[in-house]
Amino acid sequence: MNKELVIDVRGITKRFGDKTVVNGVDISVQRGEIYGFLGPNGSGKTTFIRVLCGLLKADGGGGTCLGYDVLTQSDEIKLHVGYMTQKFSLYQDLSIEENLDFMARVYSMPGRRQVVDAALERLGLANRKEQLAGQLSGGWKQRLALAAALLHKPQLLLLDEPTAGVDPKARRDFWLEIHKLAQEGLTVLVSTHYMDEAEQCDRLAYLAYGNLMVNGTVAEVVANSGLHTYCVTGGDMQKLVSLLDGKYPGLQVVPFGIKLHVFSRDTALLERVAAEYAKDDWQWEKSEPALEDVFIELMNRAKDNYA
Amino acid sequence: MKTGSTVWQRFVAILSKEFIHMRRDRTTFAMMVGIPIIQLIIFGYAINSNPKYLPTAVVSADNGPLIRTLTTGMKNSPYFEFLPGRPTEAQAKRMLELGDVQFVLHVPEHFSRDLIRGDRPHLLLEADASDPTAMSNAFAAMNTLVTTVWQRDLQGGANMGDYVPSPVDLRIQAKYNPEALSQYNVVPGLLGVVLTMTLVMITGMAITREREHGTMEALLATPAKPIEVMIGKIVPYILVGYMQVSLILIMARLLFGVPFLGSVVLLLVSAFFFIIANLTMGILFSTLARTQLQAVQMTFFFFLPSLLLSGFMFPFRGMPQWAQYIGSCFPMTHFLRIVRGIMLKGNGIIETADHLWPILLFTLVVVALGSKLYRTTLD
Repeated sequence: MNKELVIDVRGITKRFGDKTVVNGVDISVQRGEIYGFLGPNGSGKTTFIRVLCGLLKADGGGGTCLGYDVLTQSDEIKLHVGYMTQKFSLYQDLSIEENLDFMARVYSMPGRRQVVDAALERLGLANRKEQLAGQLSGGWKQRLALAAALLHKPQLLLLDEPTAGVDPKARRDFWLEIHKLAQEGLTVLVSTHYMDEAEQCDRLAYLAYGNLMVNGTVAEVVANSGLHTYCVTGGDMQKLVSLLDGKYPGLQVVPFGIKLHVFSRDTALLERVAAEYAKDDWQWEKSEPALEDVFIELMNRAKDNYA
Repeated sequence: MKTGSTVWQRFVAILSKEFIHMRRDRTTFAMMVGIPIIQLIIFGYAINSNPKYLPTAVVSADNGPLIRTLTTGMKNSPYFEFLPGRPTEAQAKRMLELGDVQFVLHVPEHFSRDLIRGDRPHLLLEADASDPTAMSNAFAAMNTLVTTVWQRDLQGGANMGDYVPSPVDLRIQAKYNPEALSQYNVVPGLLGVVLTMTLVMITGMAITREREHGTMEALLATPAKPIEVMIGKIVPYILVGYMQVSLILIMARLLFGVPFLGSVVLLLVSAFFFIIANLTMGILFSTLARTQLQAVQMTFFFFLPSLLLSGFMFPFRGMPQWAQYIGSCFPMTHFLRIVRGIMLKGNGIIETADHLWPILLFTLVVVALGSKLYRTTLD
């Protein structure tokens, strides 16, 4: 039961003209999982999500989503999927209540009035239901969009960068809600650029130039990266960055606040550099690679391979 | 000195940015270049407020040489162009109703004999005056013609000057709009103008708005089918169209006293086809336009030639053949004839159907084009 796959697709490929936007991506997601989708802008995350919910037809590959064929049964899939688009996609000139009522009608929800009222109550927007959606703040818009996407009680929730441009408090509340929903058995596929959000996912996939680079749990992704990291503190960081950055092929330098992460897959090179620059108040300390280190390394590797 | 140069730099910065916008925005650019060209060509070549060679039928009970003198004179005037054949009274009446001819010349029996005797026989020129501007010069030419055309034939009347009454009793009957009121022509025509402008633009905008705001993506992710989305979006505008029709018809009656001889139901049914034609055009534009602004701009490319070439602003018969062909493509041209026919001539289903099929054909072509271009998915 726990092993039930909600999304199980193989070799999904999508081309626009002669440009391959998604290239042979395999993904499987279990029921109740929060599956993170990461990758640089334009890596094909949105396109993949659109293929999953039937907005786009895949040019290659196939599989199932909620047990339905992604190529031929998009009508059935749409009924059971909640999709929250990147842009706020409710009607700005409709009130909160009218927006929810519209969604309830489109999904032919029985007991529409009660469904909408319950959603307004849960949102805490019952007393503001006549306000136009366009007048809401970013955080509230996002909550409303989530409520609209959940209105028809979907089994799978697809979230495309849901927290872009939302303040930290609203972002945290949003994720608490996502965890609660996952606990209740909803499967969530979410794309994001935020590392703290990525770390909250049960499993991750990293896409670059339409190719799936890695997937697995956070621990697996870090462990499989083959990266070794030093964390440098103290001293003039700007100077160290200018000394190291780009000078040693295979060595990455990334500032983390006042610290500096220096990492590489080449242990010998890393040890040599660490020894050489252990001076001028710079303290070198071995550390676990952060998820961000892994993704930056993946992005650079992808650039070499596919760009 | 220094502030002067920074002001200049800022000005140049904005100026050059604006030129880049202009170059990138193809539709606006096309409008800036295309609209003047269209207007120049239409106003320069197509529009003629003094139409000539108007189609005329002759119903004659007399085929003598004097009649031939008259028709030759009319042909050379040169406002009249005679259709081949000799229609019967009934046929000619029908041609006038259908708008196939602008004039019917009725020559009574024994016309030549009476003319030679100096009995001033009747000569009746019936005219379709639903568009009065097309007619006035032809009337004037006809009035002069009858006093001069037989000068050589009628030796008896050698001294025919201005004061001498003309040898025939010419009666001109301006049918359908006897007082030649331009409101009678313009107000029914406005029906076509208003419907074309608002419906093409509104549907074009309504659909591109969803795409522009990103709501189309969410809408397509719901179980709603594209065809359902389309129909659901169009039907309200059909009602808007009918509201406009009613408003114009009521005002035409109350404010301008425009007669309504035909059937209101027939007009409303015909309006349905015209409304659909415009809505499909709006949808076609929406499949091409990426923004609402583009949809509006495209509407202009459709609306302007419709307005100028349909016969609303300028007599259709005054335009050269090629312009008439182009004008005939627009549904508005045919709708104008339907509305004027029903309201002013009291035309029935059969006469109306003649102008309905081009509108239907237009709709079919646009739907075929649109379904080729319409993307059911987002790619």
